[in-house]
Amino acid sequence: MRFSFVSLVVLLAAGAAWAQAVAPAAPPVPERTPLQAHLTGPIPPLVKVEIVGNTIPQPLTQQPGDPARGRRVIADASNSTCLICHEVPALAELPDQGKIAPPLEGLGSRYTAAELRLRLVNAKLITPDTMMPAYYRTEGLTRVQPQFAGRTIYSAQDIEDAIAFLLTIK
Amino acid sequence: MRARAAFLLACAAVLAATAAHAQGWPIARYSVEGRNSGYFYLGQQTRLLQDDDFQNPGMFAVDAGAAAWRRVDGTQGRSCASCHQNAAETMKGVATRYPAYDAKSGGILNLELVINRERVEKMGAAPLVYESPELLAMTSYISHQSRGLPKAVDITGPAAPFFEQGKDFWSTRRGQIDISCAMCHDDRPGMLLRGDTISQGQTNGHPMYRLIWHTISSTHRMFEWCNTSMRAEPYPLGSPVYLALELYVAWRGRGLPVETPSVRK
Ligand code: HEC
Ligand code: HEC
Ligand code: HEC
Repeated sequence: MRFSFVSLVVLLAAGAAWAQAVAPAAPPVPERTPLQAHLTGPIPPLVKVEIVGNTIPQPLTQQPGDPARGRRVIADASNSTCLICHEVPALAELPDQGKIAPPLEGLGSRYTAAELRLRLVNAKLITPDTMMPAYYRTEGLTRVQPQFAGRTIYSAQDIEDAIAFLLTIK
Repeated sequence: MRARAAFLLACAAVLAATAAHAQGWPIARYSVEGRNSGYFYLGQQTRLLQDDDFQNPGMFAVDAGAAAWRRVDGTQGRSCASCHQNAAETMKGVATRYPAYDAKSGGILNLELVINRERVEKMGAAPLVYESPELLAMTSYISHQSRGLPKAVDITGPAAPFFEQGKDFWSTRRGQIDISCAMCHDDRPGMLLRGDTISQGQTNGHPMYRLIWHTISSTHRMFEWCNTSMRAEPYPLGSPVYLALELYVAWRGRGLPVETPSVRK
């Protein structure tokens, strides 16, 4: 970081006219679906979670998870959908399912809600070098785009709804 | 016996497939000691599009570059050709060595920045905006003169710290998604990310015609795209950070043939 900043200053200080032709890139403006209200407007407060072993026993919200909404949250193509990496046979109607992580099958028979909650909130607490994003975390990240800074990928309710849906996958 | 028949059949299939795109090179050329060009991961249709110069949409940029090469511009009344004459001879192999350390500016320059330096210092002409059709055309034209020659950038001496900076960048997790370039392009080439086959993220074909963008595109634009797809703040195109990254990525693809203009999905 520091190093690159120094070279930038050197380049500019050298007054090389050709360096000034470098146009700053316009960051693409992301489209937000109605499911992504937590990614625009005021930043929602972060719910504190308590980790017990490989689980988070307490739900993040009062309102119980809604599997139907959870299905839509997980299928939402423009918000880091699980389908980027996982095949989800329960969503077989959706095209282009990723194959870089194990298929999400039989989760309801293999996991409890508390285990899935930790997996979604921050999979790195289970497998530190995993590629799977932490869906409910804001700290310890590098160079997050300003529009996402301080925001989690999923809202607290998204997490609960997603869990409710995943548990229906027997 | 059966195994042998199957083997012969497979050979015949490979030969037939090679003959089908006679304009291209045998697929083995796109792979050097496990380092694979993006071509390696393309579907047959896209390969054919790249192989045929009459259909390859990137050739428009090469042709535009050829015209600009001879066009007088700036206060000195010169064109590139005034000094460098025939690019097929004088620019052959040049792209294989870039990006490279430049003693005068004390930093890394890629072809785009060299072209602008030449315009300003040798021609008294205005620098071209990064990612403008004009700069992409000239970069494509010069790179095209090295088509088939192996990438061989120098990462020693004063280039070494920049190389290390690029290498660090490559393996650092970034953005809200918190993943690194290496997680896709080192660890998972060949696997499906949604509908896309992940390649090794090589740059030997750049500038490339990217089908989803419908335009010829630079290495830095691709860096920007991969950066924002992890919801990380990208760096400006042509910035020192991306130049260092470009040096590292070019070294990762050492020995791969220059393919410009490549066609990518
Ligand atoms: C960027 C890729 C990526 C995304 C996106 C992703 N995962 Fe994962 N996931 C992985 C990987 C890789 C593993 C393999 C184990 C590990 O590395 O932790 C995994 C493992 C899992 C597991 C354990 C697998 C098993 O069969 O026991 C579950 C459950 C899971 N992911 C759920 C999800 C859900 C739900 C989503 C979407 C909300 C999601 N993942 C999004 C990459 C991803
Ligand atoms: C006045 C003569 C002159 C003009 C006009 C000129 N160049 Fe150059 N160019 C040179 C010289 C001399 C060098 C050798 C490096 C140096 O000393 O600057 C060079 C170097 C280069 C290099 C680096 C070659 C290498 O091996 O690293 C490239 C690429 C290049 N020129 C491209 C261009 C382009 C493109 C144009 C037109 C936009 C152009 N030049 C216009 C004289 C010129
Ligand atoms: C989530 C996976 C993923 C990550 C992480 C990623 N990329 Fe990519 N990258 C892709 C995909 C998909 C493409 C387009 C298809 C292909 O060529 O792989 C691509 C293409 C590229 C290409 C063009 C390859 C060619 O043949 O022309 C380059 C260069 C590249 N990426 C560099 C990077 C850099 C640098 C980073 C880190 C900032 C990075 N990528 C991070 C998925 C990723």
